[in-house]
Amino acid sequence: MLKRDVVIDYILECLRGLTAENQRPVGPQSNLIEDLGLESIKIMDLLMMLEDQFDLSIPINILIDVSTPAELADALMSHLEGHHGAV
Amino acid sequence: MGLYDGFSRLADEREAFQTAGLNPFGTCIDRIHSATEGYIGEQRVILAGTNNYLGLTFNADAIAAAQAALAEQGTGTTGSRMANGSYGAHVALEQELAEFFGRASAIVFSTGYVANLGIISALANPKAVVLLDADCHASIYDACALGGAQIIRFRHNDALDLERRMLRLGERAKDALIIVEGIYSMLGDVAPLQEIVDIKRRLGGYLLVDEAHSFGVLGETGRGLAQALGVESDVDIILGTFSKSLASIGGFAVGNDRSMEVLRYASRPYIFTASPSPSAIASVRSALRTIGQHPELRDQLWQNAYRLYNGLALLGYRVGSHVSPVIPVMIGTKEQGMLFWRALIEEGVYVNLVLPPAAPSGITLVRCSVSAAHSEQEIVAIVRAFAALRDRITLEPMA
Repeated sequence: MLKRDVVIDYILECLRGLTAENQRPVGPQSNLIEDLGLESIKIMDLLMMLEDQFDLSIPINILIDVSTPAELADALMSHLEGHHGAV
Repeated sequence: MGLYDGFSRLADEREAFQTAGLNPFGTCIDRIHSATEGYIGEQRVILAGTNNYLGLTFNADAIAAAQAALAEQGTGTTGSRMANGSYGAHVALEQELAEFFGRASAIVFSTGYVANLGIISALANPKAVVLLDADCHASIYDACALGGAQIIRFRHNDALDLERRMLRLGERAKDALIIVEGIYSMLGDVAPLQEIVDIKRRLGGYLLVDEAHSFGVLGETGRGLAQALGVESDVDIILGTFSKSLASIGGFAVGNDRSMEVLRYASRPYIFTASPSPSAIASVRSALRTIGQHPELRDQLWQNAYRLYNGLALLGYRVGSHVSPVIPVMIGTKEQGMLFWRALIEEGVYVNLVLPPAAPSGITLVRCSVSAAHSEQEIVAIVRAFAALRDRITLEPMA
């Protein structure tokens, strides 16, 4: 069973790697584009990293309404509940 | 909130491009003299960023055919094929494309972008899963979004990564669409199609290959990467464009299964778009015959590609991983890329500047595209222009 706090910890860890160059502070409410300067491709790359870390299939469609790490975690958990039952 | 307020960041970037001199994303080629020569203002430039791979934009037969069609059939069709009807030339071109590829069905579209949008969006419905190479063209992403399919990306040209992601899908992999390109437009590298076909044979799925940059360029008769690697029968649909090797405008899909014809009734971008103009269709039909009759054009293209690739590599530039008619030269930062691109024009060479995210992996690159129409002297002149700039700008370190 995948826990939300585990997911968000890993998202933040990935984001620190992806934004290492600009050294901006990364938190659950950071805006991925405006605060962290991520381009859309980087956000899709982040999703690939999550798929590999948790051995899941996650379509990029879940990114439509995502603008923060917390929203990404919520979208991921919601997708898993929809496709695999409660997690 | 103003209508364009959401674009303020983009507007600032655009302003910066415009105030700093020539705008790499709004260049006007003021005069075109041939497939390889033009003028930007008063600066004569060798055109090395045009995708005019076989150099057929000034082919005499194609021009004569287009002129005749213009005179006989008029300037445009003024509507869609479903509403206004097809012209005989649309149908004839589709038959000729099907014959050229040895396939059951061909559908012509108004542009290459619309071909991808039309075919993929119709197949990639909300119940479908699409596995696409992460570096696929924007038209493929847009098509999947329009169709509403679930989109899973796999790492660029990494067949093992595709397999991992298909295994995760379980039974759903059997009906998934796998979409890759023949030659990738920015880095000039090719898909590992044999490995992908092997995965498809074991795990299922349907394979679509966009041969926009490889049609006319690869394969014994120019049918593209699938032909070059001997896996055509495993590719369900090949997509392509008329705006590169065929030197016109439009796009196409060819399929192994005659059932593809049903998409004419299901594809919104096919149904609701005006059909290609008679002159465009006529020049494409002529260029297709030329490709069939003159395989030496492909030989000339590759000779030029090797010359330019080796010339730039010998100068110490970091170029793409494989020899290709698309030759990316990696430059440092965005600012260095802008300076380098402008300096190349002053040296008499026009190429494309590609900034991230359009260029993959955060790289800034200048992208050369080679043509069969480039003379040996023009290739030498391009290399000389790069040589003149070699010490003026700090470049990305060699890989």
